[in-house]
Amino acid sequence: MVAQNISFGVIAFVMAVSAIKVVTTRNVVHAALWLVLVLAGAAGQYILLAAEFVAATQVLVYIGAIVVLFLFGTMLTRARIGRTEAVGNRQWGTALFVAVVLAGTLGYTLIDAFRGEKLPESVDVTSNTHRVSDVIFGTYLLPFWALSVVLLAVLIGAIVLARRE
Amino acid sequence: MLLNQFLLLGAFLFCTGVYGVLARRNAVLVLMSIELILNSVNINLLAFAMRNGNLDGQVFALFIIAIAAAEVGVGLAMVLLIYRNRRSIALDELDALKG
Amino acid sequence: MLRNGWIIPLLPVAAFWLILFVGKRLPRKGAELGILATGGSLVLSFVAAYQWIDRVTGAEGGDHGGTEHALRAIGRSILPMAEEAHGAVVEPVIRTFTWWQSGGVEFTFGTHMDGLSVMMIVVVGIISLLVQIYSTEYMKGDEREVHYFAALNLFTAGMLIMAVAPNTVQLLLGWEIMGLCSFMLIGHWWEEKKNSDAAMKAFFTTRTGDIGLLVGISILFFAAGNTFDIVTLNERALAGEIGDTALFLGALALFVAVIGKSGQFPLHTWLPDAMAGPTPVSSIIHAATMVVAGVYLVARLYGVFWEAFDIADGGSNLIAIIGAITIVIAALLAFVQSDIKKVLAYSTISQLGYMVMGLGVGGWTAAVFHLFTHAFFKCLLFLGAGSISHSGSHHSFDMKRDMGGLRKAMPVTFWTFIIGTAALTGFPLTAGFFSKDEIIATAGQGGYDFFAWVGLAGAVLTAAYMTRVIYLTFFGEPRGAAAHHHPHESPKAITVPLMVLAALSLGAGFLNAVMFDIHKFQEWVEPTFAFPGVTHPEFEVGELVLALIAIAIGYGASYAYYWRGVGQGRFVERNALARGGYRILENKYYLDWLYEQVVVAGIKGPIAKAAYWINQYVIDAVVNALGIASREGGRWVYRNLDQRVVDGAVNGAGFTAGGSGAVLRKVQTGKVQQYGALLFGAAAVSGLVLVIVV
Repeated sequence: MVAQNISFGVIAFVMAVSAIKVVTTRNVVHAALWLVLVLAGAAGQYILLAAEFVAATQVLVYIGAIVVLFLFGTMLTRARIGRTEAVGNRQWGTALFVAVVLAGTLGYTLIDAFRGEKLPESVDVTSNTHRVSDVIFGTYLLPFWALSVVLLAVLIGAIVLARRE
Repeated sequence: MLLNQFLLLGAFLFCTGVYGVLARRNAVLVLMSIELILNSVNINLLAFAMRNGNLDGQVFALFIIAIAAAEVGVGLAMVLLIYRNRRSIALDELDALKG
Repeated sequence: MLRNGWIIPLLPVAAFWLILFVGKRLPRKGAELGILATGGSLVLSFVAAYQWIDRVTGAEGGDHGGTEHALRAIGRSILPMAEEAHGAVVEPVIRTFTWWQSGGVEFTFGTHMDGLSVMMIVVVGIISLLVQIYSTEYMKGDEREVHYFAALNLFTAGMLIMAVAPNTVQLLLGWEIMGLCSFMLIGHWWEEKKNSDAAMKAFFTTRTGDIGLLVGISILFFAAGNTFDIVTLNERALAGEIGDTALFLGALALFVAVIGKSGQFPLHTWLPDAMAGPTPVSSIIHAATMVVAGVYLVARLYGVFWEAFDIADGGSNLIAIIGAITIVIAALLAFVQSDIKKVLAYSTISQLGYMVMGLGVGGWTAAVFHLFTHAFFKCLLFLGAGSISHSGSHHSFDMKRDMGGLRKAMPVTFWTFIIGTAALTGFPLTAGFFSKDEIIATAGQGGYDFFAWVGLAGAVLTAAYMTRVIYLTFFGEPRGAAAHHHPHESPKAITVPLMVLAALSLGAGFLNAVMFDIHKFQEWVEPTFAFPGVTHPEFEVGELVLALIAIAIGYGASYAYYWRGVGQGRFVERNALARGGYRILENKYYLDWLYEQVVVAGIKGPIAKAAYWINQYVIDAVVNALGIASREGGRWVYRNLDQRVVDGAVNGAGFTAGGSGAVLRKVQTGKVQQYGALLFGAAAVSGLVLVIVV
């Protein structure tokens, strides 16, 4: 119990700092790397939440593919590697205000709503993947197929969009 | 573990992502901020999945990951196109629809 | 027919319209329709007359079968028998139809059949029919023959409408129709200026009189308690229910109309000039029917006039005076005319003077009887003059230049003309003898002695000037056209009407031969309902003798002058007084000069100019000032209100819209992040608010 809480706290702290770094750093590549940290931290949280399969998928897909995509995109769009000037735009003040207000509202609401709710202690961790697959190919079969169609569409679409004439 | 701690973490990540979407000039950085938001949502879902004791939240999170990947792919393709057309991916220079 | 008398005027009206539309295509140019209609109207008038006579004679006791009784009554009248006194009151047959109602006043149209109207429609029918038959020959080949017959029928209709009018409004209608038709017919050959001038003169002079008619009708309407009905007017006048002044003024106004229409002094000047029209027109309109409309008016509303002018008391009154003056001055003027139609015109004026004077002295029956007989012999004389000009003097009416010795060439015309003259002058036993002498007798016996003498003087003059005409036309050597153009007798269409009229001129008098104690005319025609108590003259031998002496003097003087040459030879040129008198007569007492140069020119000149000045400088100035004021007002409003206030508001609204748009446009930057910021910002804030509030 205590171990979980401590690990949560550490990972959460790392994630928070990394997230702030993502949105404030002037270096695009650095932002991508900070993003990796966030995503990794998220995977850790998933394990704490007894969602191993999701954690594994997160690492594979997000960190493995998406961040790579980001780096490719950065490279292809000739974004300066190294410091760039003025990565933040003119309305960062408004954005900050909005974010703070949003955070405040959300925070207040959450604390007010779920004060002191505990997560269940004993979770059937074994064969999580098994059970997840049961649910996917059982209840959520149609969304799964739709998802595969979406992926196909995205694949073709991205190729079409980005090809050179 | 409290439910709230996960939810608050998710809320924090969400707000950070919102700030990033609104305040970053580089289109790629905006996409990264969107990823932050999606991840916060995932944490939220999984926390509730554990609380409720069923796996629907996990399945949903999986779908979100897949969709996020797809979306990043298309988004970057569009960013590439914009870069080809305008030689720049600074979002505040895209004001052709200015009233 | 008494109840359906409305058909009688309707037939000529229908003929008028039909002739206008189809007359051109008919062989006789519409005369057939006219003769048919008038003939039909006449037949129906005879039926009405029978029915009326029956009504009158049947009134004293029991209802007898219609026609048979009437015939018996007429048969009884041919034999001179003493008549029973009739005490019964015979009411006229009145049928009306209300065509307009407003303010409690009903305007009606209809018929009022009594002895006077029945007599009138019979006379009009006979004369109109004979004239139309005559016209088929006289007007043959005329370029406007169709319009001539149409106008003639309309005129007949107008007189018939007036004759059967139950109220003054309808009477006015008929009066005005006749005025219009006489204008149209006098000016029939309007290409010559003198003809259209004559038509205008006739129209305007009678119009002057018509003002009196309108005024009189209006005054009587109000004075008699809001009624136009003739019977009611008479009743109320006789009962003394109409105020004296109003009654007098109304009757006076009506009499002005009579003066104009019936050619009395001083409005007689149009009648001689009206001879410019075709002769049949002259005969029907100015001898036999239209001009007697004035006389008819007085006869119809006799109750009103009786009370207004106090005819019951002898002495004198305006009507009698005017009549007397007219008799004399017209007769004098007849002497200096060389145009035969003008002589007959002045003779007509003179005879109308007799009728008016007769009415003025209380001789209602005498005057109306004279109207009756005069129609026949005056029409005869005019048609005879037409016959002479048509076949004898080659369309000339100048006796001195183009006539003479025509008795051998035109025997029928000659003898009928002689008969007409005899009747006119009052030769014993002719129609005119009985009627004219009855007027003189009424005057003498009613206390109007002066007027009786005037009547006798008129008889002298009449005899004299007519004999002059006979001589100049039929005796002596043929002159001018009569000499060169082989005069011959006129065709049958002309001579037959002459003969019919001659017969009537001889026989009509016996309807009321007081001498032989025959009172048929009086019995049938004189109203017993709403009628004053007029006196009737007795037969007195002394008066008969005076009359015979008078006409003998007249005949003798002319005979001596013309046949025997007594006094001939430049009498006028030798005597200065005679010359002066002659010049006055020649200039028609300078009346025409007075009217044209003084009255008309005076109005035309200074008065018209003054009116024009007022119009231009006073009235127009006011109007222009108003116009300028409104224009300036408009300008001020435009500048200050429209430009500044209204446009200011409108422009202000526009600026506001534009300005706010320019400001608000800044939101639309086209930058996605800004939109996102707005979106999220709004969501965040509203979420916060919700959380706090809820």
